[in-house]
Amino acid sequence: MKQPKLVVIGNGMAGIRTVEELLKLMPGMYDITVFGAEPHPNYNRILLSPVLAGEQEFDDIVLNPLSWYRDNGIRLHLNSEVVRIDRVRRRVIAADGTEAEYDRLLIATGSLPFVLPVPGKDLRGVIGYRDIQDTRTMIDTARHKGHAVVIGGGLLGLEAANGLAQRGMDVTVVHLAGWLLERQLDPVAGALLEKSLRERGLRFRLQASTAAVLGNDQGEVVGVRLADGDELPADLVVMAAGIRPNTRLAEEAGIHCSRGIVVNDSLQSFDPRIYAVGECANHRGVAYGLVAPLFEQAKVCANHLAQFGIGIYRGSVPSTKLKVTGIDLFSAGEFMGGEDSEEIVLSDPAGGVYKKLVIREDRLIGACLYGDTGDGGWYIKLLRDGTPLQALREQLIFGENALGDAGTAGQDRASAMAASDEVCGCNGVCKGTIVKAITEQGLFTVDEVKKHTKAASSCGSCTGLVEQLLMNCLGSNFQETPKTKAVCGCTDLSHGEVRKAVREHRLLSHAQAYAFLEWRTPNGCATCRPALNYYMLSSWPHEAVDDPQSRFVNERVHANIQKDGTFSVIPQMKGGVTNAAELRRIADVADRYQVPMVKVTGGQRIDLLGVKKQDLVDVWRDLGMKSGHAYGKSIRTVKTCVGSEFCRFGTQNSTQMGIELETMLANMWSPHKVKLAVSGCPRNCAESGIKDVGIIAVESGWEIHVGGNGGIKTEVARFLAKVRDAEAVREHVGAFLQLYREEAYYLDRTVHYIERVGLDHVRQRVVDDAESRRALYERLLYSLEGLQDPWEARIAGKQRSEYEPLRIAPQAADAEAGA
Amino acid sequence: MSPREAWVRVCALDDLPRAGARVLELDGLAPIALFRTDADRVFALHDRCPHKGGPLSQGIVAGDHVTCPLHGWLIALDKGLACAPDVGCTPRYPVKVEEGAVWIVPQPMTAPAELAEADA
Repeated sequence: MKQPKLVVIGNGMAGIRTVEELLKLMPGMYDITVFGAEPHPNYNRILLSPVLAGEQEFDDIVLNPLSWYRDNGIRLHLNSEVVRIDRVRRRVIAADGTEAEYDRLLIATGSLPFVLPVPGKDLRGVIGYRDIQDTRTMIDTARHKGHAVVIGGGLLGLEAANGLAQRGMDVTVVHLAGWLLERQLDPVAGALLEKSLRERGLRFRLQASTAAVLGNDQGEVVGVRLADGDELPADLVVMAAGIRPNTRLAEEAGIHCSRGIVVNDSLQSFDPRIYAVGECANHRGVAYGLVAPLFEQAKVCANHLAQFGIGIYRGSVPSTKLKVTGIDLFSAGEFMGGEDSEEIVLSDPAGGVYKKLVIREDRLIGACLYGDTGDGGWYIKLLRDGTPLQALREQLIFGENALGDAGTAGQDRASAMAASDEVCGCNGVCKGTIVKAITEQGLFTVDEVKKHTKAASSCGSCTGLVEQLLMNCLGSNFQETPKTKAVCGCTDLSHGEVRKAVREHRLLSHAQAYAFLEWRTPNGCATCRPALNYYMLSSWPHEAVDDPQSRFVNERVHANIQKDGTFSVIPQMKGGVTNAAELRRIADVADRYQVPMVKVTGGQRIDLLGVKKQDLVDVWRDLGMKSGHAYGKSIRTVKTCVGSEFCRFGTQNSTQMGIELETMLANMWSPHKVKLAVSGCPRNCAESGIKDVGIIAVESGWEIHVGGNGGIKTEVARFLAKVRDAEAVREHVGAFLQLYREEAYYLDRTVHYIERVGLDHVRQRVVDDAESRRALYERLLYSLEGLQDPWEARIAGKQRSEYEPLRIAPQAADAEAGA
Repeated sequence: MSPREAWVRVCALDDLPRAGARVLELDGLAPIALFRTDADRVFALHDRCPHKGGPLSQGIVAGDHVTCPLHGWLIALDKGLACAPDVGCTPRYPVKVEEGAVWIVPQPMTAPAELAEADA
C-alpha cells in the first residue's frame, strides 16, 4: 500500500508535538512534510521570556534540532510560509512556490498578536511578542534605547515588561482592566503582583487605553498617547493585548472557522482530512493559549492520525504560572468565584501571601495563589479529579503539608529544597538530577520524569514533589497528570475504561482483551498485564482465565521473593492463633530445609525466610498448613487482640471474629493488598485504626472503620458503620470489600479508592442501602465459592514445572559438535 | 564465535511457558534463564539482573523484554541490555529452536560488537 502523506503547516510546539506522538504510535506510517514560516527548527516558545530576560540562550530552548527531522525522515521546509490550501487537489502551496500533496493535513499555525487598530500601529519599533524574531528585536532595542511601553498587562505583557526591565529599559505597562492579569488573578492578588513589580522598577497605567502610537519623520516609534491625553515616551512598543487564532489559510480554503478552526473531539475540522491543533483551533468553543492543553490535543490528534481512533479530547482545565523569576503566582479553574460558590481566603498582604480557594458543592472548582504556590499542583489535582473535600476542607487552605502528612509526599516544599536533597527515596534521585533532566531534556510530565530519572517510579510517594518541580521549572508549560491517566504506554485507555470494557464486553482472556481494546503491544507489559488479569478475574469470577504469566512472581509462585532470589513462606494462622502441633511442624520444617530465619511478622504470623524455590512445594506439604496469602494483591491477614475470652477489658470476642473474617475472605484477590484487624475494645491493641478494614468492639456491638493504612503514608481509618452482631459485621465488611474489588483501580489501596469516590458513596452503597449491601455481599461470596487453597493445589501437582529447574538429561548432554 | 562451541539440547519448546521463563541449572555454571516470548522466540540470559542480581527468570515477560522482579528494571532479551534510564547488561548464551526443541551453548557470549556499540 502506498504510504499516505501527512503535511503539517506550522513548525511550532503543537504541530511538532503531534508528529512526535504519532511517531511514537506508528513510526513510518506517514510520509511527513512540515512547513515552517520561521527559519528555525521547533523551539520552546514558552521559554522566550527567560531568553528575553537573559536567563537562557536561543540554543537552550530548541526542542527538535534539525537532525531530529532528518532522523525521522521528515521533509522540513523552513522559511516557507504556506499561502494556500487546495482542498480539491489536496495540495498546499507555499509563498516560495513549494507545493506538497497531502492525504492528511494538520494545521498548527498558532496565533497572531492582536494589534490594536490605532494610528501608528505600523511604525517601526512596534512589535508583538510571539516568536524569537520579536524577542531578538526587543533584546537589540534594549541595548541602546531607553523607553519601552508594553500594551497589555496579561501574562505575555508582564513577561515582556519584566524582561525588558531586566535588560535596563524603563518600562511602562498600559493595561485596560482595573488590575493586572485579570484573567488569571482576582483583584487582591492582582494588586499584590503590581506592588511587587513596581518594586522591581516597572511602571503601570491601569484602566488606561491606548489612543495612538506616535512616530517621527523616519517612521520610527517615539511614544504612546493614552485616551486621557497623557503621552508616554517609547523607543519600543510591545503589543501584548491578546492573541487571535491564525485561521486565515483555513478560512480561505473554506474550512469552518469561528474564533479558531472549529474542531471536534478528535481534532478534525469540518473537512475530515484536515486536523487542527494548538492555538489556531477552537474546541468546544475554546481556543487555548497555554501549552498544556495543546499537548493533550496533540496526543488525541496523533491517536486519530494513527487510526487507533480511541482518543477523545474533552477539553482542559488550564492553570497558569507567571514566568517572572521571583514571583510566584498560580491560578486555575473558576478562581473568581460567584454567587453559587463559597470561598476560603487566606490573606497576608504584608507577608506577600494570598490564597483563595473557590468551592462548590464540596468540590474545589478554582484556586488563585500568590506568593506561596507550592500547593498549586495539589490544588489542581483536587480540582481536576473533582475530589470530594469533606474532612480536607478545614485544612485545605494550608496546603497538603497541613494534612498531618507523616510520609514524604509534601514534607519538604520542592522549591525550598537544595539541589542535593533527595526527592525519591526509593531510587535515590535528588532534586538537582530531576531539574537537570527537566530542563535539558525538555520533559513535561511526571511520566517523562519517571522514565528519564526513575524518580517517583517505585512507591510513588514523591509524585507530588516531582509535580512541584515540574511546575517550578516549566510554569504554565507544565502538564498535569491527567485525571484519566492511561493504564500504561500500551494503551490510551484509563483503568476505569479498561474495567468497563472488560465488564460490558465480557472479556475473558488476555488475547481477547488486547485485540478488542486495540493494545499497541502484542501482549502488554509488566504494568498492564497484572491489572488486566485482575479486572477480568474480578469481573468474571469462575469464567475468566487466570494467566499465571501475567502475575508478578509472588502471586505466580505463591511465596514472597527475597533479595537473593529465595522465597519466604508464611502459612495461614487465622486471627494470629496457633497451637503446639502447628508450631512443632513449623520447627521441623525449619530444621529439615535449613531455613535461615524464622521471624514473627507484623501480621501475627510466622515467616520462614530463605526457602529455595524448588523446595517450596515440599515445604508446604510438610507444613500441612494453608497459604497465608502474604505475597499477593489479596487478603492478607486479620490481626486480632485476645478480646473478651481472656482480656479483662475486652467487650467482645475479637479473636473469634477475626478468625471468622479470615475464613470468609480466604483466597480473595483484590486491587491491592487488604489488611484487617479486630480489636476487642477501644484500646485498640490490634491497631484497627490503620487497617483497610478495622473493627473495634464496643459494649453494644462493633464499629467498622475503613481506609486505614500503616504503609508509605500513615492513614487513619474512617468510621463507616456501627453494627450489632457478627453476621452484620461479616455482611458489611464483605460488601465493602466487594465494592472495593469492583470499583477501585488496580494497585489502589482502600484509602486511595475512598479518596477518589468519597466516603459518602461507600456509605450509601454499603450502609444506607440494605439491598445494595446484600447484593455486594452475595457477589463476594459467589466469587470466593469453591476456590482452592493455592498451596494445596500445588501440592496436588498444579503448575509443577514452575517450581522445577530445567536440567540437561544425561543422554542429551552428549554434545552435538559444531553449529 | 568460538569454533569449539557445542550445542546442547535442553528441553522441548513446550517445556517453557509462553511469555515466561524457566531456570536451567548446569553443574558448575551459574543459573541460566531461558525465556520464551509470546511470539515463541527463545532467549537465554545469565539469570542475574545487572542491577542487584535479581533472578530475571522470575520476572514478567512481555514482548521481547523481561521486568526484573526485584526493582523493576526492564531488560531487552535479545541483547541482555537494560533499557534507559538504567544502564547495564547481562551476559547472553547462544540459543536456538530446532524441530520443537531448545538448544543452547552453555558458554556465555563474550562482549559482542553491538553491545560495545550500544554501551558507547
